[in-house]
Amino acid sequence: MSKADSSVQRDAAHPAAVGEPGGGLAVAVWATLKRDLTLMLRRRGEVLNPLVFFALVITLFPIGISPDPELLATIAPGLLWVAALLAALLSLDSLFRGDYDDGSLEQLLLAPQPLAMLGLAKVAVHWLLTGLPLALMAPVLGIMLALPAGSYLILAISLALGSASLSLIGAIGAALTVGLSRGGVLLSLLVLPLYIPVLIFGAGAVQAAILGDGAAAHLAILGALLALALMLAPWAIAASLRISING
Amino acid sequence: MPESVLTLRLQARGLACERDDRWLFEELDLDIRGGEIVRVEGPNGSGKTTLLKILSGQLTDYHGELFWNERPMRQARQAFLENLLYLGHAPGVKAALTPLENLAWYQALAGEVSHEAPRLAALESVGLAGFEDVPAGQLSAGQQRRVALARLELTPRPLWVLDEPFTAIDREGVAALEERLVIHARSGGCVLVTTHHELKASQELRRVRLGSGGPDVKG
Amino acid sequence: MWAFINKLRSPKWFYAISERLLPWFWVAAAALILVGSVWGLAFAPADYQQGNSFRIIYVHVPAAFLAQSIFVSMAVCGLVYMVWKIKVADMVAAMVAPLGAAMTFISLFSGAVWGVPTWGTWWMWDARLTSMLILFFLYLGVIALRGAFASRDSASRAASVLAMVGVINIPIIKYSVDWWYTLHQPATFTVTGRVGMPMEMWAPLLIMVLGFYSFFIAVTLMRTRSEILRRESNKRWVRELAGERH
Repeated sequence: MSKADSSVQRDAAHPAAVGEPGGGLAVAVWATLKRDLTLMLRRRGEVLNPLVFFALVITLFPIGISPDPELLATIAPGLLWVAALLAALLSLDSLFRGDYDDGSLEQLLLAPQPLAMLGLAKVAVHWLLTGLPLALMAPVLGIMLALPAGSYLILAISLALGSASLSLIGAIGAALTVGLSRGGVLLSLLVLPLYIPVLIFGAGAVQAAILGDGAAAHLAILGALLALALMLAPWAIAASLRISING
Repeated sequence: MPESVLTLRLQARGLACERDDRWLFEELDLDIRGGEIVRVEGPNGSGKTTLLKILSGQLTDYHGELFWNERPMRQARQAFLENLLYLGHAPGVKAALTPLENLAWYQALAGEVSHEAPRLAALESVGLAGFEDVPAGQLSAGQQRRVALARLELTPRPLWVLDEPFTAIDREGVAALEERLVIHARSGGCVLVTTHHELKASQELRRVRLGSGGPDVKG
Repeated sequence: MWAFINKLRSPKWFYAISERLLPWFWVAAAALILVGSVWGLAFAPADYQQGNSFRIIYVHVPAAFLAQSIFVSMAVCGLVYMVWKIKVADMVAAMVAPLGAAMTFISLFSGAVWGVPTWGTWWMWDARLTSMLILFFLYLGVIALRGAFASRDSASRAASVLAMVGVINIPIIKYSVDWWYTLHQPATFTVTGRVGMPMEMWAPLLIMVLGFYSFFIAVTLMRTRSEILRRESNKRWVRELAGERH
């Protein structure tokens, strides 16, 4: 009973137990980042699956179309972007599903911190473990598709920038469908049309780099799209999570 | 400490909830203060969980008004959440994380800087000493529930909203938890609970009955 | 303003007021579409390049206008529903979604048919057609999401959020597709919106557009009225109404 006694004493101090709000948010966001990273790194398969999928899809195209390097070089920017986009979509469904199934999502909603910021932390982990590795891997697959020299760096940068927007937009769809038992296919249907601007400017950046036009303008637009997504998506994610929690 | 007893007050006036054209309950008036254990009763589907979700601020889709310490809930939401501890049907425990790591996240969500000592103490108090570093997925359902219950000790919050907290807990655990609820109420806290388990009558216990015949509040 | 919003809260009020408005919109729709199609199909001069095939514009353009406006109206209804919890707004949003998808399909189909004489193929990745196709997918997404929830209240909220997210994205999608198109197919033949269309050609088009809008409003009012009856079927005023008629 000694334990219970000590907690009674702590109960007595409860008005003082509330920390200052500003510092609390940073603590909570950091802990959420750390927790999700730990979770994903304990299930490495889930981190690797999108990368393997990316490589596989890229392998299918020379087999399905033609191994002719010239032909592959012309379609490589688009292929790499479309395949990376689909690979990033693959892991999106599990973004909030685990938390929904085990009840952590309710707790996330009831934390005395803005839900939008906590959701943003989860999206950041998704990008760190999906978008960023895909961007780093893309140049290797670019070699296999005979992507012309000079565009490799732009490919990686455009994918890194663009996939952050994809994670943010995709998270809205994931939040809307998390309460549905078969939300996976629906999620793609909701999210893919919204991905189109990012695809256009992402693939456009690589295309421009190949043509030697300079990709700065495209990258700037990708950055602008990301800024817009960063401003608006967290609120939509939070609103969607609140809807989904009530099934 | 007396102040906390005075300031703890959750009120509902004319609370009603309509889900898909069905009224789960209507005209529900509640006045819950520190020092009380309120058991929400009713048959399956009478809206117990929905009521707890409304009273814990998860569901905002209700008619009527809620007040926290005499302030409308809309304005007092932040203060309310800082005083609330909610445990739902699902324990909210990550299978891939150890009990210590699970509690660390909850500690941080509450805005507290992480300290291991209170986490260890909380786990010990729910009988999980020795299981601190075992992934929660390897624990039994009852032990996972205990990890969630350890939060009662970890983060001191005056208002506890517990939805079926006795699920999967063994008999000794049930007795200890029941005792814990009474202690919490006596020290000025407040407990809102749904359970199929029959709680021992005590002077802190109050019942709110939901049912087809409309809510019926007993003192 | 507040009085109006409070009135909108009552489906009964909407039901009563729409009953009075409905005939006017039906009459306007019938008259405008009749005048517009006769004028456009029979009396407007043939295009100097495309001949008579351009006359499909009188269906294609109004449908395309409507497809975009309906999405915007759906998002506005979603916003009204989320902010003021006005149920009628959600009913309207639910009712216009299939109509919007149908209009998008009509504009896509008429665009494809128009493509045969102008491009010699059923499909070209023309900027407008591509944007329309994406809009069609957005509509399908909203409809599918609404259908996927077991609880109607959650379905309404989810569809509202998605409609609002979509409406923010539509201009972005439109501009990026336009940009993509000019990059890949520079300055080919654009079929609509050329400056200097003579009055005899655009006047019937305007009439058709107005006719399509009236038709849309009439159909929406009609469908919303039956949806009100369906959702409010356990309310006293609906029961009394049913009693009167039997």
